[in-house]
Amino acid sequence: MAGVLMKNIKKSYGATEVIHGIDLEIKTGEFVVFVGPSGCGKSTLLRMIAGLETITSGDMYIGDERVNDIPPSQRGIAMVFQSYALYPHMTVFDNMAFGLKIAKRPKAEIEKRVREAAEILRLTPYLERLPKALSGGQRQRVAIGRAIVRDPKVFLFDEPLSNLDAALRVATRIEIAKLKESMPDTTMVYVTHDQVEAMTLADRIVVLSAGNIEQVGAPIELYERPANLFVAQFIGSPAMNVQRAKIEKAGEHTTIALGRHRADLPIPSPAGMAGQEIHVGVRPEDLTIASNGDGLIDGRVNIVESLGEVTNVYVDVENGPEPIVVKLPGVQRFSRGEPVSLMAQPAKMHLFNESGRSLLYL
Amino acid sequence: MALSQTTAAPAASESGFASALTTFVTALAVMAAGLIASIAVAVAVYAAFDFVLPYTKLLNALLVMVLGVAACFGYFWSSNKLLDTIYPASGAQIVSNITKANAIRPWLFLGPALIVVGIYLVYPVVNSVILSFHGPNGEAWVGTRNYEWLAQDPAFRESVRNNILWLIVVPAAATFIGLIAAALTDRISWGNIAKSLIFMPMAISFVGASVIWKFIYDYRPAGEAQIGLLNAIVTGLGGNPQAWITVPFWNNFFLMVVLIWIQTGFAMVILSAALRGIPEETIEAAVIDGASPFQIFYKIKVPQIWSTIAVVWTTITILVLKVFDIVLAMTNGQWGTQVLANYMFDWMFRGLDFGRASTIALVIMVMVAPIMVWNIREARKGIR
Repeated sequence: MAGVLMKNIKKSYGATEVIHGIDLEIKTGEFVVFVGPSGCGKSTLLRMIAGLETITSGDMYIGDERVNDIPPSQRGIAMVFQSYALYPHMTVFDNMAFGLKIAKRPKAEIEKRVREAAEILRLTPYLERLPKALSGGQRQRVAIGRAIVRDPKVFLFDEPLSNLDAALRVATRIEIAKLKESMPDTTMVYVTHDQVEAMTLADRIVVLSAGNIEQVGAPIELYERPANLFVAQFIGSPAMNVQRAKIEKAGEHTTIALGRHRADLPIPSPAGMAGQEIHVGVRPEDLTIASNGDGLIDGRVNIVESLGEVTNVYVDVENGPEPIVVKLPGVQRFSRGEPVSLMAQPAKMHLFNESGRSLLYL
Repeated sequence: MALSQTTAAPAASESGFASALTTFVTALAVMAAGLIASIAVAVAVYAAFDFVLPYTKLLNALLVMVLGVAACFGYFWSSNKLLDTIYPASGAQIVSNITKANAIRPWLFLGPALIVVGIYLVYPVVNSVILSFHGPNGEAWVGTRNYEWLAQDPAFRESVRNNILWLIVVPAAATFIGLIAAALTDRISWGNIAKSLIFMPMAISFVGASVIWKFIYDYRPAGEAQIGLLNAIVTGLGGNPQAWITVPFWNNFFLMVVLIWIQTGFAMVILSAALRGIPEETIEAAVIDGASPFQIFYKIKVPQIWSTIAVVWTTITILVLKVFDIVLAMTNGQWGTQVLANYMFDWMFRGLDFGRASTIALVIMVMVAPIMVWNIREARKGIR
């Protein structure tokens, strides 16, 4: 079995460079998710692993083998496409068997491997059907089945759930998680823009933006210790609130001045930073409404979104153009324009320097 | 019956039939009024211009063209206006009026076309059937004698054999070469230029193409300078010049080349569009599955455009059944190259036998009809 190793991978279309030197090691059997906004290069990177895009410069290894010049079919990979990409004129069986037939495997072996995959994916009753006679979820399972029969070392998924409706997406997500469990030695690389998929499926998440890696880490690590403002605001929903502040005292503990208020945070900062302007971030779920009216930030309630399990309150504040979002448990009632004072748990605050890097990673 | 839709209108006291009749009569009346008005105006304008301007052919032709188009617009505008005047979209009857007007309007717009198609397509078929039971001048009833003659006629058998040869070779060759051309031109940078070149013969008339190819097949006795391309190549390679279009049996194929040359462009353009419609991801999936470019072509791409290939194939088949100009211009059916359409033409205008010509025409129609029906069905499937 094999992992994937990328060394300074770059991709250009003509003079336009879209991937700017990616270094990444994916270990054998790891489930890695590439996330990022549209156009960040996550799909391009996946297609470079697959061999569907050429690599402009750098080295790509699958296992111990440098695969830059090896055709896709010999890289030991299988890919599940966003649009399923089933062959419309072939039955489910033939769709899954196509690769093995091309490889001229014995008939009995093809039969056995396809039947096994169909069994796992509960597709046995549909083997003689054409793709057009299947539902979206079934088609996606056929696409996964086609990948399984190839018995790949590296399993690639390109936004496999984005064409499914919400309920089916959750069900298929769980199925993919189970699939991973049943194939512990198979490396999986999964591209999505949906952070729920990323958080629930990944061993490690790679956050990409504009052709660069922003941060690599376990889901909870990205959530608790984002390396920069981009990751901080990309992971988590609603996005992290960010305000300008000033460091008054740096050291083991950091004292910041936020508007008229002052807070002592159990977060270390480099000694030389006293007096500097910084960004301070706090997640909506780490904010509370101060009962005594003496919080850290004052504002007025603007919009209230009641989701039942939680209530998102958008608070207009004086020292920032963006409203601050507070995520409160259960159903909460507020009237528009009501003055509120927001309280943050000091330990749950995030500090970023002028250029957006987290002070923890300086 | 779309006309009876007006029964839904609130004119409840009328029976469905009476209502439909009213609609039909109104539609006919409005159509007639619109036609008469627009033609009258066009003729009046023509007369006025004719009176004022000096007569020159070019000017006259231009005037007729402009007035013809204007009269068409005039018909649609005036009949539409008239309908809106009879059933105004206002007043107490507004709902009933709009419903009635909407039931009539499509027939007004379709009417002239339906009438023209009826006169030019349906009537000739009926008349051909009648003529096929009559003698040379279409007067004496001869029963099935024309059909009996046809069954015995060696020239007819030769025509049928040749038509079948054409049917097998030309659609297959044009579709196949067109498919290859479509696949190859999609992959090269100068593909669009290549496509234009391959498509260009489509713009040449069959007779024009025949003349071009007659030059290619041209024969001069051995020893003289060969102006025909084919003979020039043959003699250049040390062979003897041949009168290609007189070589029995094989000359049929030399004629077929002309139609293949013309039709390949058509096949290529349609198939190229179909090939581009294939989802790119299915091809990428096949690449990952390890299929070679050749396997991708015939196992993934071709099956996905199969319905388009079928439509192209049958469209060319129908054209081939009617093949006439090429044979007329190149051999006029001599040296064993006769085909049905040319044979019909021979009996019609050289033999001056309306009965026999009509019989042959009906044979052609019977051969074309099933392919046509299938073709239209396939094409509709493609649209859905």
